[in-house]
Amino acid sequence: MTYFPEEVVEHIFDYLVSHRDRNSVSLVCKAWYRVERSSRRSLFVGNCYSVRPERVPARFPCVRSLSVKGKPHFADFNLVPPDWGGFAMPWIAAAARGLPDLEELRFKRMVVSDESLELLARSFPNLRSLVLVSCEGFSTDGLAAIATHCRLLRELDLQENEVEDRGPQWLSCFSDSCTSIESLNFACLKGEVNAGALERLVARCPNLRSLRLNRAISVESLSKILARSPHLVDLGTGSFTADHRSESYYMLIIALQKCKSLRSLSGFWDASPRCLPAVYPICANLTSLNLSYAPAIQGADLIKLIRHCWKLQRLWVLDCIGDKGLAVVASTCRELQELRVFPSDVFGAGTACVTEEGLVAVSAGCPKLHSLLYFCHQMTNAALVTVAKNCPKFIRFRLCILEPRKPDPVTNQPLDEGFGAIVKSCKDLRRLSVSGLLTDRVFLYIGMYAERLEMLSIAFAGDSDKGMVYVLNGCKNLRKLEIRDSPFGDAALLADVGKYEAMRSLWMSSCDVTLGGCKALAAKMPRLNVEIIDERDEGDEMEENLTDLHKVEKMYVYRTVGGPRNDAPHFVWTV
Amino acid sequence: MEEGSKRRVNPCPKLLDLIPNERHWMVRDPGGGGGKSGLGAEEERKLELKLGPPGREEEPSILSLGYFSKASKTTTNIYNLYSGAKRGFLDTVETKPKDHHQQQQNGLFQLNDRAGLGKEVFIDTSGKAEQQLRLERKACSQTRTGTAPVVGWPPIRSFRKNIASSSSKPSLLGSQNEEGEVKAELSFRKGLLVKINMDGIPIGRKVDLKIYDSYEKLPLAVEELFRGLLEAQKDPSVVESRNHGEEEQTFSGLLDGTGKYTLVYEDREGDRMLVGDVPWDMFLATARRLRVLKTSELSGLSLGGVCRKRNTTTTTTTTTDNNKVLC
Repeated sequence: MTYFPEEVVEHIFDYLVSHRDRNSVSLVCKAWYRVERSSRRSLFVGNCYSVRPERVPARFPCVRSLSVKGKPHFADFNLVPPDWGGFAMPWIAAAARGLPDLEELRFKRMVVSDESLELLARSFPNLRSLVLVSCEGFSTDGLAAIATHCRLLRELDLQENEVEDRGPQWLSCFSDSCTSIESLNFACLKGEVNAGALERLVARCPNLRSLRLNRAISVESLSKILARSPHLVDLGTGSFTADHRSESYYMLIIALQKCKSLRSLSGFWDASPRCLPAVYPICANLTSLNLSYAPAIQGADLIKLIRHCWKLQRLWVLDCIGDKGLAVVASTCRELQELRVFPSDVFGAGTACVTEEGLVAVSAGCPKLHSLLYFCHQMTNAALVTVAKNCPKFIRFRLCILEPRKPDPVTNQPLDEGFGAIVKSCKDLRRLSVSGLLTDRVFLYIGMYAERLEMLSIAFAGDSDKGMVYVLNGCKNLRKLEIRDSPFGDAALLADVGKYEAMRSLWMSSCDVTLGGCKALAAKMPRLNVEIIDERDEGDEMEENLTDLHKVEKMYVYRTVGGPRNDAPHFVWTV
Repeated sequence: MEEGSKRRVNPCPKLLDLIPNERHWMVRDPGGGGGKSGLGAEEERKLELKLGPPGREEEPSILSLGYFSKASKTTTNIYNLYSGAKRGFLDTVETKPKDHHQQQQNGLFQLNDRAGLGKEVFIDTSGKAEQQLRLERKACSQTRTGTAPVVGWPPIRSFRKNIASSSSKPSLLGSQNEEGEVKAELSFRKGLLVKINMDGIPIGRKVDLKIYDSYEKLPLAVEELFRGLLEAQKDPSVVESRNHGEEEQTFSGLLDGTGKYTLVYEDREGDRMLVGDVPWDMFLATARRLRVLKTSELSGLSLGGVCRKRNTTTTTTTTTDNNKVLC
């Protein structure tokens, strides 16, 4: 390869798409490092604190697409205090200085301020795509800045962010000459939106293929919008609630029928069962359906709807679909690849929603199923063994039994054998979340069989340090390990410290790790940041004489070449 | 280690009402000492459950298992255990057959130090801990009423936690409720809304019968309801070649059997009847649902009751199975 001129090598590298492959070739020799460096177009930073933002344009000066992730996953469930960090501003600032040709920017679980959005909007004239997932810290004013200045914007995708509402005018900030929008998702916005401005925007963007509206959009507006955009492929409806006698509902039906390209539906806030028939005519073409925001649609109506959706590949529903509904899914949706069943009544007493039966039915009927997120009230080992046999292709298997430490209700045994069957059978498993009553044994199985596992979530499980050690010793490809309320302590933490440099991060909360253990880890591994999150008042802390035996409430360990954070709040300290 | 051993023991129902949390302790049972975070450290200790002999003032042994974080003494966590619960648990412990066994159990829960001793005890009695675990579970399983809130559990985003309550639809009974509603509408409300479906059109509509005083205007109403839908369904390339005249006639002859379609209704007993047979008022009182069927398919259906009713003026029928038509 050294006889080839660099242009040829670069051309060959163009075929390398995955980050890992590119990382590997850059390690081969200086020449390849140089070529790879200047030809890298897309960069993914899985942990914003693993590297200083300024490093990015220095290391890869020609990047056009940047994706950065901030907070640990458990932040989604309020386990990380709000001011923990993950600020987007330093990244935007560094990119603004060094990567002016940036075209795509994606942030997940980060704090994005209006100022940073303002800077973003002004710094990247070629910006085509902005995706913000599970972020917070900005308002509709920031969106206004984006709309105003990003003239070539094709995609604005806001997924599940916390956005402060400062009025509907942001949408009107898209200039009249803006005709490039292909994808617009503002479903997470809580406030009103200027429907007229939206209709005009939709009308002048002929390439619009994906549109996800927020709850404030009425059926009337939806009909008008659909009339202007019959080529939509992906639609997030607004509130979807209407009087059936009304003309607007009638108009909606007509408009929907004309959208022959629709393949994906979501939204349906406030949808009542009687509105659902409006979508029946397009169900046969749907590959993706998300009804998880519509609690008023119960089992029988869900069943009626799903019977039309025989091409479905992705289905997100609430557990009011019931085992019976899942049986219908199993018999109708033979192409199903991803299923998510969310709990509708979180604190209820288990008014039988879905159980192991539903899961078994789906596994039997849907051989292509590879991604599962399933919240249920009970699970049995026998069911899991059956599921493992029926669906050996699982890549993501996340099972959440709502009651912590619940055993198999039939045998009263832990669920070790059931999960063991899953990891043994699903050789390609990359992500696993376990729940229910579990002993160290399940971790023995995971360590033994889950060779491709990259992410493992553990809660209220295990008996002793051995459990965690099995996992650390066994799962060669483990990247993220997050543990809560499990009896793993210092011995487990320190069993294989080198492992953490091969992983992105480790989270442990409400476990048995002590301050001493964290200090020991930090001392041994200088390229790890061992963060301790302690939310007690500062006053208390001063008086408290913290010994090394003090148990750490929340610990977050991650590899980094950026050294300790310089933006940590007072309740986070790096040991 | 002792932590592990604690966690293996399943708590009794009341104990499970205690929620571990860095900040907020929520206790479901209102009879308790109040799960408020205002309790001072001293009170906390008083309420703490100890499994050792009374009078010990050592570091609190914590009964509950796994839910509790063991940060430090001055933690804002509150170990709020009621004496009743404590007794209940001890009772269960004491039903163990062997005294020796019980001694060891007590030993299990003495948290003198966090490593070493506790750990060894655990290993020795691991089998017994399992036994106790099973017993506990059986004792508790009947009395559990529901999952108490734990921070960050279940692992769903905040906006999903309130979905059921934030929905603007008060009724969650779904389609079952619809039938009831239709009945209510029939009897008591000003309007008389009945569902009406047409052959070949998946979308149903509703028609308010009370606004018409006779059968005359009904066909027009039906046409209004379905014309748009029929058109939307038609293949655009075919529409061009059709003449308008044919369309106009689609909805004629609905009542006399001469048209392309015929209007039928279902009465309270589920029988299918031709619309027009009975006096209008009686029709209003008994009709539950309307259908626009293709006339050509009428004779194929088991409208047995219909034939008889055409010739009589009564609407009462003895319910026989062959009169019932499956929707």
